[in-house]
Amino acid sequence: MWIYEKKLQYPVRVSKCDPHMAKLLIEQYGGADGELAAALRYLNQRYTIPDKVIGLLTDIGTEEFAHLEMIATMIYKLTKDATPDQLKAAGLGDYYVNHDSALYYQNAAGVPWTAAYIQAKGDPIADLYEDIAAEEKARATYQWLIDLTDDVDLQDGLKFLREREIIHSMRFREAVEILKCEREAQKIF
Amino acid sequence: MNPEVRVYVPFRGPFDPCPPIGVKTFVTPPNLFIQFQPMGLPQFSPYEALRLGTLWPDLYSNYYPR
Amino acid sequence: MTIQLDENYYRMLTDLQAADFVLVELTLYLDTHPTDRAALQQFNDFSMKRQKLAYEFQLAYGPLTQFGQSGPPQNSWRWAQDPWPWQV
Repeated sequence: MWIYEKKLQYPVRVSKCDPHMAKLLIEQYGGADGELAAALRYLNQRYTIPDKVIGLLTDIGTEEFAHLEMIATMIYKLTKDATPDQLKAAGLGDYYVNHDSALYYQNAAGVPWTAAYIQAKGDPIADLYEDIAAEEKARATYQWLIDLTDDVDLQDGLKFLREREIIHSMRFREAVEILKCEREAQKIF
Repeated sequence: MNPEVRVYVPFRGPFDPCPPIGVKTFVTPPNLFIQFQPMGLPQFSPYEALRLGTLWPDLYSNYYPR
Repeated sequence: MTIQLDENYYRMLTDLQAADFVLVELTLYLDTHPTDRAALQQFNDFSMKRQKLAYEFQLAYGPLTQFGQSGPPQNSWRWAQDPWPWQV
């Protein structure tokens, strides 16, 4: 079971109405290396991974939902009160015609989220290496997003999220090290 | 210069139309250099940790926009 | 009762976010370092601190969690009232 907590993990601020930046940020909402893909990937891999790393996948997967809410908050604030004309000028005319300013799980190019973005291979090493790669790809995406905005408040939140990718990558690599040392269990057989 | 930055020079062919940018850079964050986090590393204060996104200075990586 | 998004609200919220962030970091760390006694002690200390901060925040601004998991007893249903996290 999951319990929702009525607060953000990090105090998200944006300092200007900028629907074009929202269009780019949606990459981390419904893109291949975004927070939804991350959360679903980790929580789903838990069922077929050695017990020693299930806790880590549970906790990181849960934190990813907090990050998904941070991205949603950024998009919400960047587009709130924007007029249809402003959205159109920001390249969101085709988005508006389908969604108004509702959030939708798609990437920055408009491609809807798909389960094909994530894998569950059943091999713990293959799955953890995918997780490590996912964290590094998300880190890179945050870097390119930071490059594309001059809003220091938004950069602040994106830098927090980028740092979290670094920590998650560290923990997944530790999980690989833990599994490499799993020889004790062989004595049971 | 940011010590995490690595640099390489892309090959330049005779028919590349864009003006050469010279060097390409990429970042190597601190987690790449730690195989397993040692116990008892120094910590940021809780408020600094929240602001920076990690509890441990040894794992903190700043990013300088291009 | 309408919540005033004043200085006090943001101060109490940030205090709680800071304590909770330490707990998130220590949780992931302890998942891969379960034998680190000092980290476990720090986790327990912050968990106590967090409970106190969350109790005070919820007394002032309403419940943070639902399904009966939030701290102080409630004499009116404030859970479903705004503001929601993305609105503050």
